Amino acid sequence: MARFRFRLFAALAALAFVAMPAVAEELAGTLKKIRETGAITIGHRESSIPFSYLDDAQRPVGYAMDLCMKVVEAVKAELRMPGLKVNLQPVTSANRIPLMQNGTVDLECGSTTNSLKRQEQVVFGPTYFVVNITAAVKADSGIRTLADLNGKTIATTSGTTSVPLLKQYEKTAAIDVKEIYGKDHAESFLLLANDRAAAFVMDDILLAGQIANSPTPAAYRIIPESLRQEPYSMMLRRDDPQFKALVDKAVGDLMRSGEIEQIYEKWFASPIPPRGTNLNFPMTPAIKDAFASPNDKGV
Amino acid sequence: MNYHWNWGVFFEETPEGGVQYWELIVSGLGWTLAVSALALVIALLLGVTIGTLRTTGRRWLIQLGNAWVELFRNIPLLVQMFLWYFVIPELVPPLKAWIVRADPVHAQFLAAVLCLGLFTSARVAEQVRAGIQSLPSGQRQAAAALGLTTVQAYRHVLLPMALRIVIPPLTSETMNLIKNSSIALTIGLAELTFRARELGEYTFSFFEAFTAATVIYVAVAMAANRVMAWVERRLAVPGYTAGGGR
Repeated sequence: MARFRFRLFAALAALAFVAMPAVAEELAGTLKKIRETGAITIGHRESSIPFSYLDDAQRPVGYAMDLCMKVVEAVKAELRMPGLKVNLQPVTSANRIPLMQNGTVDLECGSTTNSLKRQEQVVFGPTYFVVNITAAVKADSGIRTLADLNGKTIATTSGTTSVPLLKQYEKTAAIDVKEIYGKDHAESFLLLANDRAAAFVMDDILLAGQIANSPTPAAYRIIPESLRQEPYSMMLRRDDPQFKALVDKAVGDLMRSGEIEQIYEKWFASPIPPRGTNLNFPMTPAIKDAFASPNDKGV
Repeated sequence: MNYHWNWGVFFEETPEGGVQYWELIVSGLGWTLAVSALALVIALLLGVTIGTLRTTGRRWLIQLGNAWVELFRNIPLLVQMFLWYFVIPELVPPLKAWIVRADPVHAQFLAAVLCLGLFTSARVAEQVRAGIQSLPSGQRQAAAALGLTTVQAYRHVLLPMALRIVIPPLTSETMNLIKNSSIALTIGLAELTFRARELGEYTFSFFEAFTAATVIYVAVAMAANRVMAWVERRLAVPGYTAGGGR
């Protein structure tokens, strides 16, 4: 019976779709909210270089911001609202999910890992970057591998996925470390720079960003090991298929057309604000795969 | 709001293993109480001293007291916390050397206690000064007429009355101090708010985590309030002080 009802429903839905292609779908969720308020609110980070961070004029810029602005263009076209207002709301690792859930931000553009656990609370757009979680150390520290961190103090940013990962690694590799937490990546890096910590455990690209922006980039190195690979993507509210489909299409089109490669070049292989540093972070095979087949698989 | 409350989250195991979330919250409460208690001791000792100095009539003592109050009162607490933890050790090489070797928790605890203690001492000093100045000038003159020295006049006449008067505002300061201790999370001290955020970030049960933190803060602040009200009653001079909090 249930099956029959489903078939009937599907048939009716298909009929409705075929019969009235010109009639706009009833707006729901985020798109409805955007239409009603005339504004979309983008959540951005303040020191997630080069994804989403503040430039010398304190404006949020970055790779994720560029991609989000493409989504905003798509929203403007979809709703026929060329004058749509874009609000920018800074978010942190710890408050991004509550601010998404309570409706403060509509789209989060930062360096957020698409994890299965987070998918219980929010959904994600297509993966636009893949990171390795590893550690940055001082080049003269003599630390070559993650195992060398035994007995050392390690900084990481509170509220990030690195924290449980580090604890699991400690268990499996039978090493013992002391953790200290910075409230953001800049502060965690400061702990490493001031020798308060021997290492900063975080996503490799964020470490590369902090190092490139430090006064002495040559004084640091990134350990070529990986605690785990994680996909990054934009975060949106759950149970909002309309907006999710729009984001998937907007970002997927950039990937299929190859336009995303120029945006990638602009942020990862060219001088970027605020100081014209170049991250020199070419596309890894995992990132190429993500662009070749857009997906929102979490870890 | 269409939110599915999940109170069972407190009995789930943390990623560290072998520990449940409620135990993290309790350990966070422990740090909150430890930081607040030690900071309160510093704040009261320094605050009463500085506040008293500001009523002595000696110009340089008054200026010293004013400078102290303005310094600690006019810099945002968040900034002070950053300065104590990140900047001051860089300026004092022996301190830096100790911090690099020590358990990071000790450095965080020390910075938080100093920061909160000194910040609150400025506020306590202001209230103690106001309390002393609210006494009729006849008391000071009578003490002098009896042949008491300045120190004796403060010890036996002025401070016993003034300190009773300022118990109600000091109660507020104590409650503020407990709540302000949450700022210590910005230097990574795993106190109550830090643990609530941690629970939220690992389980995404932010509302449950912060509801628990809220209830605990209210309970602790209320307890502090009751203790101070009891102190106030015990110390009341019959027929003289207002003796509120009854």
